[in-house]
This record gives sequence, structure tokens and C-alpha cells, in this order.
Amino acid sequence: MNEIVLTARHAMGQKVTAQALVAKDGFSARYDLNRLEGVFSRPSHKLVGQSYVGRILVLDTAKGGVASAWMLHEMQARHMAPLGIVFNTVNTILAQGAALGGISMLAGFDVDVTEAIEHGSIVEIDPASKTLKVLRAGFAADSHGASGNLAQPQHGEAETSPVRMVPTRY
Amino acid sequence: MLLNSEETAMLNGELGKVLQMAIRHQIEVGTFFGAQDFVPVTQAHIMADTESLGQAGVMWLEQLADMGDGRVCVPTITDPRGTDFSKANELGQRDWMLDLERRAINAFERLGVSMTDTCINYQTVLAATRGEHVAFGDTGVVIYSNSINAARSNFEGGPSALAAGLTGRTPRYGYHLPANRQATMRFKVDFTPTSLNEWGALGGVIGRLAGNYWEVPVIEGIKISPTSDEFKHFGAAMASFGSTALFHMVGLTPEAVRIEDVGGDKLPVHHRIDRAQVEALIASYAVTKKVDVVVFSAPQLSLYELRALAELCDRRDFRIPLLAVTSPQVKPDSDRFGFTERIERAGGTVLAGMCFYQSYAREMAEAKGWKTLATNSAKLVNILGGYGYVPMLASMEQCVKAAETGELA
Repeated sequence: MNEIVLTARHAMGQKVTAQALVAKDGFSARYDLNRLEGVFSRPSHKLVGQSYVGRILVLDTAKGGVASAWMLHEMQARHMAPLGIVFNTVNTILAQGAALGGISMLAGFDVDVTEAIEHGSIVEIDPASKTLKVLRAGFAADSHGASGNLAQPQHGEAETSPVRMVPTRY
Repeated sequence: MLLNSEETAMLNGELGKVLQMAIRHQIEVGTFFGAQDFVPVTQAHIMADTESLGQAGVMWLEQLADMGDGRVCVPTITDPRGTDFSKANELGQRDWMLDLERRAINAFERLGVSMTDTCINYQTVLAATRGEHVAFGDTGVVIYSNSINAARSNFEGGPSALAAGLTGRTPRYGYHLPANRQATMRFKVDFTPTSLNEWGALGGVIGRLAGNYWEVPVIEGIKISPTSDEFKHFGAAMASFGSTALFHMVGLTPEAVRIEDVGGDKLPVHHRIDRAQVEALIASYAVTKKVDVVVFSAPQLSLYELRALAELCDRRDFRIPLLAVTSPQVKPDSDRFGFTERIERAGGTVLAGMCFYQSYAREMAEAKGWKTLATNSAKLVNILGGYGYVPMLASMEQCVKAAETGELA
């Protein structure tokens, strides 16, 4: 396979490597997730039922309201957050939330990143060089949004479960 | 980013730890978006209900307040909270939710924030004016202020809005820049809505088509001057479905007196929208007739919406809960004018200072056994699917009838 390396226009955070959840769909922590279970919960979302914890989300665009700015931070405090998020187009809220929550983020590519990266690929995102690199290919393109044989770890806790302070970059 | 001497002092910690944390956050976000410098703001509005904050967010606020060396320097107000303390039991909310709310309120007050608890501050507190740079949270507030008032704001999430209130500035990117306020997508509308749910549905259709934060729809074909409440539902739904922060309506919004004012004349028509598309969006949510709860919220109701609701509630006897949510500024007038009493005499409940989806909607559903929900808010139906509800969109009159019969006709 030819090495796939994509360069983003916007980047923040630390270098991280993880399995990618890929879908040509939007993202809002408020609208789309069950944050206690760590899964996509909106019935119409292409990743519904899939665990996002410790994964790198590769999605089309940031959607919805301003709550995600707090929610990414809250998810990080529970160890129930994605490692990184990659968008074709990002809104201000997800970037602000990633900054507070310490989640790595890339956005803005010359190609459709949800078409260029296969669901289930092992990818590395390096904000310092603004690059997304595929380390191991995933599933065929027609599996976008399907379960795609990814392991689905079980999570779940109460909102009252203890949380940790998120280490701040500030 | 280019920093002036005051901003450099903030960054170096010379003006305290609170301002240092705030401006570091702003610089990280501003750098991500390529901001060249900061722009002073005159107001900030913070979305920070505790369902969003969680324990971690409350702890972060408390940490900031405990530093004790910084308070907001411009008027800074809040979006709805996660409860109406006087009605929390009726909503099935738990003590830990209320405790978390009290802790957040305490921290905000120590930071100098005014707890207005409203998402309709443009109707009730102080509307921003043309060209005024502000740092507003709540997407409905931002799209209304940008589009109807011609103010300048990005979507500022809670941490960023608070940072702006503390530093009195925000990174100059996005909709603070005139070039980004030009239209990017042209729509022609072939009919004019006649009810708030239709205005919301039209906003939803356009929002879905626009698709992301950076698209600026310009809309032609609206035959009337919409009221503030009609624009409110239209904009809130567009922002919710599309993450849209600014639209222009030719001849009706201040920056688009003529279509060429926003560059729309140079754009091809992206989409024509007729009644059928709006009705299709409404119909897509009509999956059952049975209704467990009726909710008017998102955005909070104006005094005139409560007046209209009170008239529809006269001589009715509700079988299922009907919740009407408004702001703490409107509620006393609703009480004085008898609207609250007329709604509650029929069996409804008027709540203040919260918003339904920001108030532990999933836990309320579990506690109260609510699954199917009727509302006239397109924004609310778009949000609640992820919370396990089956939301349905109908007119205010249809929703009130459903509260009486338990079914949407």
C-alpha cells in the first residue's frame, strides 16, 4: 500500500495514534453521544452504537450547539474521550472544547478526509506537523458507518462517579 | 498572535493567574483559527448548564474562582441553567443535580458573572447592536445577534465566553472579520411560514443544506417582515441543524438591504425551497400519535408566546404534562399578567431559568417515563433524538390539543 499522509490547515494538541472511526457524518457531543456509555447514541448517526473511547474520530463536520466545549473536557475527566478528532470542517466550539479538554485535533484538508481514510485504520495524528498518517489500513470504503468489525469495549458509569481534574495546558 | 502590552502582561501572569489561564486558552483557539490579534468585546454570554459542565467543568470553575485574582471586566451573563429550583421535584431531578448547579452558580458569582439564565437575552436583557463585537454562547443567541442585530460574534463555548468576559476581548477570527460575513450560499424560498414550528422547520431545512459553520446563507423570497419570535425559531433551528452562525434575508436583515450588499448576486441559486420540503421535515418526525409530554422550550418563550399559549389553554384540562419554559426576566410579567395562572389552571407548568434539553433530559425521561414528546420547536426535535426521546414537531395549537387528548391529531 502507498503511504497515506494528509496535511491539515488547522491543528492543536499532542501526537496520538489510535484506531480510526470514520464516517461522512457530523459530530456534536450533546446531540450524538451517550457520554456515560461512551457510544454514539443518535439513531440516525452513521456510527450509532460504536464506542468512541480511545479512538480517533474522522468525521465530516462539527455540528450543533455550544455544549461540546464543556463536554469534551468532562469526557476527558472520566477517561471516556476520543484520543483525537479529525474534521473536514470544524466549528469554533469543537476547537474550543478540544483546547480545554486536551484532545488533539486536525481540520481542513484538500481532500475529503472521510473518503481518504478507511474505517478501522490505525492512524497517527501529529499536530506539530499538521499531518494525519495511516499506519495500517482499515476496512473497505463501503463499511463507512457500519460496525466494520471494530471491537466494541463496554463502558458505563453514573454521572455521580468520581472524576479527575483534567491536566490543563494553560 | 500579535499581542499588545496589556495582553502580554496577562499572558505573563502579571495581572493574575485567572487572566493568564483565560488568555492562554484564547491564544490556543485563536492560533488554531489563524487569528492575527484580539478584538475588544462589550458583552459575554456563557452557556454552562451542569449537564454540559459535568463535575469536571464545575471543578474547573471552582478552581478558577478559588484563585481569587480575577473577575469579569465586561457585562457577562449566563444561558439557562439545568433546573428551575422551585420545580425540580416535579421534573424528577435528583439532589446531586441541584447540588452541582449550586456549586456552579457559586463559582460564577465569585467570578463576577450575572446569573441571567436566559437564551433570549436579545429579547430580555440587552440586544447587541450593529457592528458591536461580543462573545456570545448559545447558538440561537449568536445567530440572532449576528443576523438580526448585525452584531459580531462567533459561537463561543462556555470556557471561551468566560475567558472573553475575564479578558474583555476575543481572538479576531470567523465572524468578527467582515470578509467572512459575505454570503456563501444562495437560497430562494417559495413560501412564507405562518407558524413558529414552520419557521423553525424552514430554518432546519436551510441549516441542513448549508451544512457547516462557515457557510453563510442568503435567503430571498420571504414575503413579510418576520417577528422577533419568528426569527428566533428560524435562526435557532438553522443553527441547530447546520451549525450556522449567520444568515442574511434580503431586504429584512440589516446587512442585506440589497442582495449585492452581501455578494449574493454573484452566487448561483443553491437551492429553491417550497412548502413541500418544510412539510417533509415536519412529517419525518411524525412517527406516532401517542404523546407522553408536551414541551415549549428551546428557545425560552417570550412574553408574547406565553400570552398565545395562555389563550390556547383556556377552558382545557390536560391529561399529560405540558411544560412551558421561559426566562427569569419574562416569568414575573407572565405571573403579573395572569398568563402563568391560565396555563397552570389547565394543568400545565411554567418553568423559568432553565431549558428542557439543558436540564438532564435523559434522566428526566427515565424518572418520569417520558418517551414521546410533542413541541413546536424544530431545534428541540433535532436535539432530543440523541437523548432517547421520540420528538414530534407540531404547531403550538396542535401541541396544546395533544396535552388534552394524549395524542397528536
